[in-house]
Amino acid sequence: MTADVPTYLDGNAAAGALREVFAVDLTAAIGRCNGCGRTGAFAEARLYVDAPGMVARCSGCDGVLLRVVNTPTDTYLDLRGLTYLRVSSAE
Amino acid sequence: MERTALRRRLTWQVGTVTEIREETATARTLVVDVPDWPGHLAGQHLDVRLTAPDGYRASRSYSLASAWTGETIELTVEEVPDGEVSPYLVEVLKVGDPLEVRGPVGGWFVWRPEQTGPIQLIAGGSGVVPLMAILRAHAAAGSTTPAKLLYSVRRPTSVIYLSDLKEIAASEDVEVTFAYTREAPPGEPRVGRVDAGLLDAITFGPKDEPTTYVCGPTPFVEAVADLLVGAGHDPARVKTERFGPTGGPR
Repeated sequence: MTADVPTYLDGNAAAGALREVFAVDLTAAIGRCNGCGRTGAFAEARLYVDAPGMVARCSGCDGVLLRVVNTPTDTYLDLRGLTYLRVSSAE
Repeated sequence: MERTALRRRLTWQVGTVTEIREETATARTLVVDVPDWPGHLAGQHLDVRLTAPDGYRASRSYSLASAWTGETIELTVEEVPDGEVSPYLVEVLKVGDPLEVRGPVGGWFVWRPEQTGPIQLIAGGSGVVPLMAILRAHAAAGSTTPAKLLYSVRRPTSVIYLSDLKEIAASEDVEVTFAYTREAPPGEPRVGRVDAGLLDAITFGPKDEPTTYVCGPTPFVEAVADLLVGAGHDPARVKTERFGPTGGPR
């Protein structure tokens, strides 16, 4: 890993893994960071995929928002960095 | 899109490659017939999974390149040197082969025909793929919403969808501009990255209240999004999608 080229993607890239668990799309949901209070679309979070699993971090304070780890039999979800997720009921 | 399609959990399904189109020396479009595909919105993507004979699996996320017409789907893959998935898709996969996919996914970086306001699309390299889907959906819907594409590429031979873009740019509602970063065609004096001056000269300004879609490698997207917000665009109307050197998540 080098410091000059960002290694992260964004929340859009977590859409497939999240849709295996949730019946609605969470990337368009508005989330609030439990660390700094910033709110924004989950799609705009920074997503690191080089870890075992995926780690989404706040684009404001870099705090961990969400972690997803798939094993052959289960999916682990850690949502502790999100105060809430607001999902549109429109669709 | 049908409601039932959105509400169920997603699973992997197997499609069949029905056509392959060479786009550039390193990118090609795969046309895939997926029997249970529920339809998709322009800008959405899908995951592709490869399984080795020993059971090892690798998956990557790719943007859908086509507007949904009720038949096949299209994805355009740019080969990432030393990549785990893209070299197989670009060099090995052939018509008639099965391809395991999961999608469509993503509800943020999308354009809906009923959406109001001008559309500003800004692509870096193969980041043009989901933006092409938006232009194709715009044309398919007969939309008269003004749309502009600014497409940053290294050189003329790197341009994906050149003939389709020329056709689409003939519409009076759509404007296509190329920005060459390494080598420009004869008669094109500007060579360089997208900067504040170029954005100011050829993209919709904040007063036009466009919805802006920026897609490309992470450094490109960050730089362009910062310039747009610095020029006074509402950050909530600047939608971004980044891809990395690995071409997507594992």
